Amino acid sequence: MSTAERIAPSYLEEGFSLRSWLGTRDHKRIAILYALGITFFFFLGGLAAALIRLELVTPAGDVLSAETYNKVFTFHGVVMVWFFLIPSIPATLGNFLLPLMIGARDMAFPRLNLFSWYLYIVGGLFTIACLLLGGVDTGWTFYTPFSTMFSNSNVMLAVVGVFVVGFSSIFTGLNFIVTIHTMRAPGMTWFRLPLFVWSMYAVALVMMLATPVLAMTLALIALERLFGVGIFDPALGGDPLLFQHFFWFYSHPAVYIMVLPAMGVVSELITAGVRRRIFGYKFMVWAIVGIAVVGFLVWGHHMFVSGQSMYAGIIFSILSFIIAVPSAIKVFNWTATLYKGDISFTAPLLYALGFVGLFMLGGLTGLFLAATALDVSLTDTYFVVAHFHYIMVGGSVMAYLGGIHYWWPKITGRLYSEAWARFAAILMFFGFNLTFFPQYVLGWEGMPRRYHEYLPQYQVLNVLSSAGATILAVSYLLPLGYLLWSLRHGARAGANPWNAQGLEWTTPSPPTLHNFEETPQVTGGPYAYEQP
Amino acid sequence: MIGLPQASGFAGRVDGLFDTLLALSGVVVLGVFVVMIWFCVKYRHGSSADRKGEAHRHLGVELTWTLIPMAMFIGLFAWSVKLWVVLRTPPADATPIYVVAKQWMWKVQHVGGQREINTLHVPLGQPIRLVMTSQDVIHSFYVPAFRVKQDVLPDRYTDLWFTATKTGTYHLFCAEFCGTDHARMGGEVVVMTPADYANWLHAHAGTGLAAQGAAMFRRFGCSGCHDPHAGVHAPDLDNLYGSTVPLANGSQVLADERYLHDAIMLPKLQVAAGYAPIMPSYQDRIDESDVLALIAYLKSRSNHPEIVDEYR
Ligand code: HEC
Ligand SMILES: [Cu+2]
Ligand SMILES: [Cu+2]
Repeated sequence: MSTAERIAPSYLEEGFSLRSWLGTRDHKRIAILYALGITFFFFLGGLAAALIRLELVTPAGDVLSAETYNKVFTFHGVVMVWFFLIPSIPATLGNFLLPLMIGARDMAFPRLNLFSWYLYIVGGLFTIACLLLGGVDTGWTFYTPFSTMFSNSNVMLAVVGVFVVGFSSIFTGLNFIVTIHTMRAPGMTWFRLPLFVWSMYAVALVMMLATPVLAMTLALIALERLFGVGIFDPALGGDPLLFQHFFWFYSHPAVYIMVLPAMGVVSELITAGVRRRIFGYKFMVWAIVGIAVVGFLVWGHHMFVSGQSMYAGIIFSILSFIIAVPSAIKVFNWTATLYKGDISFTAPLLYALGFVGLFMLGGLTGLFLAATALDVSLTDTYFVVAHFHYIMVGGSVMAYLGGIHYWWPKITGRLYSEAWARFAAILMFFGFNLTFFPQYVLGWEGMPRRYHEYLPQYQVLNVLSSAGATILAVSYLLPLGYLLWSLRHGARAGANPWNAQGLEWTTPSPPTLHNFEETPQVTGGPYAYEQP
Repeated sequence: MIGLPQASGFAGRVDGLFDTLLALSGVVVLGVFVVMIWFCVKYRHGSSADRKGEAHRHLGVELTWTLIPMAMFIGLFAWSVKLWVVLRTPPADATPIYVVAKQWMWKVQHVGGQREINTLHVPLGQPIRLVMTSQDVIHSFYVPAFRVKQDVLPDRYTDLWFTATKTGTYHLFCAEFCGTDHARMGGEVVVMTPADYANWLHAHAGTGLAAQGAAMFRRFGCSGCHDPHAGVHAPDLDNLYGSTVPLANGSQVLADERYLHDAIMLPKLQVAAGYAPIMPSYQDRIDESDVLALIAYLKSRSNHPEIVDEYR
């Protein structure tokens, strides 16, 4: 369908004033608002990363002071985790696509949706205020009693920022769950849902169940810091390990908040690029659900050497091995989906394949960390840093960008430059590996994380990593350039430029305010690509 | 692996597990990549490959690649746990050395009263058990060449043991972020032959730790309440370590190092049955190294079998 056949104006043409944006209740516009915020914070956090990599080019602490360095990596962590990764896919692609994919006109609670965005912004403002007033130096993990009784930095501002943004994700989760339960189009049964919707459902559950624990923990930090109530500081009669239990009870599931959506996106990208049904749809669904559930039971694997008992270590270890099984299933199923496909190497597919590779490397190194006896050596070293960057940057960010490319024509109505996009995807894959693979080796050779200075023997690998980071930075700036360029100069996209399956492709690009002229009737499962 | 010496009894065993896991991962990565590339080439758009028919029957395939990894994971888990239990269970004859961490240094006290900062001297071939605590925030004692690491917590004792198997000097790091100079909170572990170690101990001998504790026991006024002839109703501390103490709240507790520590620093936490809670807290007056000396002294007054050899 081209714009000429359009009956109603697109959601982008519904109003051009600032008010029509800041007061919008349209899930698609809210998604755009989030995308703007998230992009801003991504580059801000990236700037911090650049400073870190610059400092680590030489063993001496010569670019930043120790104090500033500590603040920089804390800021990098806080911003990237709470203001970029956690909201990234759910709040942008999820918000935009969820109603479209299930054949609904909007979210169940449009006002709450907008309110969530405002919470996100308010939380972000606190974090920026914290930065401007001198920053915070506790690490994104806020470990006690350092954060409560010893740090002289702006801990409270950072804590309030994260507390507020936490409610944004709780409300988003609530909205998603109710929407998926109540607003599916006729015929859209649970096992006809695209895997992206399943991943949004799982992630929404995790957000709702885990984030309140974070909020409570942060409130307790405030109580101890402001009023000296002894909760975590042993000098006041508290227990510092209690904090770690609370914190990881949220933050381990948060890892899945960051990676489940990526798995959903990749399933869409691969099926569209390969033009085949996903291999083992039901196994994929149960793998998503399994990961979300078991993800709540493995938090103690962050604490093997923390003073937690030996037996707790054993239990958390076996559970952590078990949660690797569904992840393995997913990797094998994505690979099997390629079998007998009709594969076009479009940019989204390249991003998706890059995701599978990097996610696999990140997941396998997770096994090293799940093995208690190895974790003793590896925890709190660069091995861990490399591991979670493979999952979150190699995995989630690749998937997020792949998704942005794939649905860009739907969101904006324009086509971007495929050649540039493929180049960026490939560059990103190499830049990423050059940045983070050396860090595995560094970790195994004993370099602890959060070190502002290091022994000269670690320099070569650090220089390689910083060189990789430069390439990575270029590959992130490229899409910013050619995607923005396409807004003006890109060719107009039809309703379905990929010739892909899914309800979102049955609407015009960009869709109208209410998404569908008539409520769609669903008669079959997802990914119904014709098999020869 | 390259670059990292194997200097403790654990190193070889940990590396064995690491290398196995590395090899397995390598096989999996290679396998998946090869299949992926093969499919990508064969089924690229426009190729004449045969695409007819549904993919294989799913269930069998799915179960294969669910159950095989599962079995492998359980095997790896069992292997790792076996090693883990060894890592976490110090042998009874291990020599204790006391470590106090504070922002940003490591203070070491040997039983014979030798003290050192940011350096730890240990003998070759003798199991060593470090009893560690922190004066402020959480730190982590990490010696890569030994493959050991343990967080060090305020107001709690954690321990870590190893047997050094190679003489030399090895790096010691603080692995848990602890504030401004975290990266500088390092030092070295010096492994010496037993003869050199004996010489070193001799050259640095001071007053024994228990004797230091005995002096403090008088200096801090403990004896004013706890001596049998003191006029105050306070428990006799002979044979306390290793015994079971009834508490005022009706429960019982084993008088281990942590209990003695808390009795001195946080006396209100656990009050011995039959006594008024009049013992003052020494939290603001005594630092963790002194507490360790006091504990060594109290242990020396006990005939608990485990510690008899250590202190008498
Ligand atoms: C004012 C008197 C007083 C002083 C001074 C004092 N204590 Fe105590 N202490 C007590 C009393 C009374 C108890 C029993 C009540 C309780 O457990 O708090 C006790 C309990 C203890 C216990 C636990 C004994 C048990 O049977 O469980 C230890 C250990 C101890 N004190 C060590 C010390 C040390 C070491 C010092 C000096 C640093 C010290 N005390 C100073 C009065 C005192
Ligand atoms: Cu975790
Ligand atoms: Cu430290």
